[in-house]
Amino acid sequence: MKTRRGFSTALIATGLIGAVAAPLLAAAPEEDQDTFQTYFKTRFPNVPEHDFVNGAYALDPVGRENWEAIEEFPPYETAISKGEAMWNEAFANGKGYADCFPDGPGVAGKYPHWDRERGMVITLPLAVNECREANGEEPLKYKKGPIADLVAYMAYESRGQITKVEIPSDDPRAIEAYERGKQFYFARRGQLNFSCAHCHLGNSGTTLRTEILSPAYGHTTHFPVYRSKWGEMGTLHRRFSGCNKQVRAKPFAAQGEEYRNLEFFLTYMNNGLELNGPGARK
Amino acid sequence: MMMSFGSSRARLLALSLGLSTLAVGVAHAEMPGLELDGDAAAGKKIANDRAKGNCVACHIMADAESPGAIGPALIAMQTRFPSKEELAVQIWDATAKNPEAVMPPFGKHEILTQKEFADVVEYIWTL
Repeated sequence: MKTRRGFSTALIATGLIGAVAAPLLAAAPEEDQDTFQTYFKTRFPNVPEHDFVNGAYALDPVGRENWEAIEEFPPYETAISKGEAMWNEAFANGKGYADCFPDGPGVAGKYPHWDRERGMVITLPLAVNECREANGEEPLKYKKGPIADLVAYMAYESRGQITKVEIPSDDPRAIEAYERGKQFYFARRGQLNFSCAHCHLGNSGTTLRTEILSPAYGHTTHFPVYRSKWGEMGTLHRRFSGCNKQVRAKPFAAQGEEYRNLEFFLTYMNNGLELNGPGARK
Repeated sequence: MMMSFGSSRARLLALSLGLSTLAVGVAHAEMPGLELDGDAAAGKKIANDRAKGNCVACHIMADAESPGAIGPALIAMQTRFPSKEELAVQIWDATAKNPEAVMPPFGKHEILTQKEFADVVEYIWTL
């Protein structure tokens, strides 16, 4: 027992030193964000800043025309209605989502955020399921189905809010979570050996066969999304999972620590952009 | 203070470089001695197969429709590579020459079998 304890204390000490040292070596999140946003604005000088939320459609006039035609009768409309019904329907205990989200459904702009007490990144879908479980309801599956409907409604009610993720600089664990998300973004993975950045940063705007690789700047604003390829709605973590599979890597669990940290990093990179979810994409 | 585009880009690249270096270091890093006497006709099929070579996803290539624009056009290969072996090394693992190369390591990661690999090399060498 004693030996084990001594061993784990040593591990924790090493971990702490690592956590303290890492931010000193790496660029501060604000510097990363400036570098990231400047890169895209310079790479695509003809794209107005507010238009990056429209992904590849900000770069391709023909694709944009098709997309705008689709948006006239949005394929995510059913999801919004179903989500609204979910929001208004009471749980078995008589309470509802409004008891967990007292500011109403339009709170997507508050997510993801760092929870100082729990020492972890909280995303909107995670908060939804924690609300359900606190009220004796079964948690929903994270990638598609009812959770995508409810989050679509909440995203719709949050349209126009500005992405504003905060990374508290006085909490090394928050910086660590951010750094892990950043490392995930730039690390090669899978048999095909691509990092997220290879396609959506370094080669954004070029074509993979006939498909334009969308810029990472704008990636987080429009979820959940109706994707024609899926024929249904999906959450941001469903898309992360699909991307990992495409490079022939084993996907991580939706709402697991890896994807929550990735969402934390990527959304922070998108700070300043307007929320425009739910969206429609090819 | 505004940073110049050049240095921003270099820093991002350096960042990803540092991280990707950690991920390298698998077995078969170097191309084993292979007989490069594949079948060009078979190689053409593999090069065009989405689940195999899928070269056209990124490269313009003769007889292949809707090419991507990520990599250079596959033309005049025999003037661009001093030997078939050099070309083979590039397809085996493009990160050997350029650590930031985006091209998947078709040999090193066993995306192609050794026979398929030799066939593709033979075909690309004819372009």
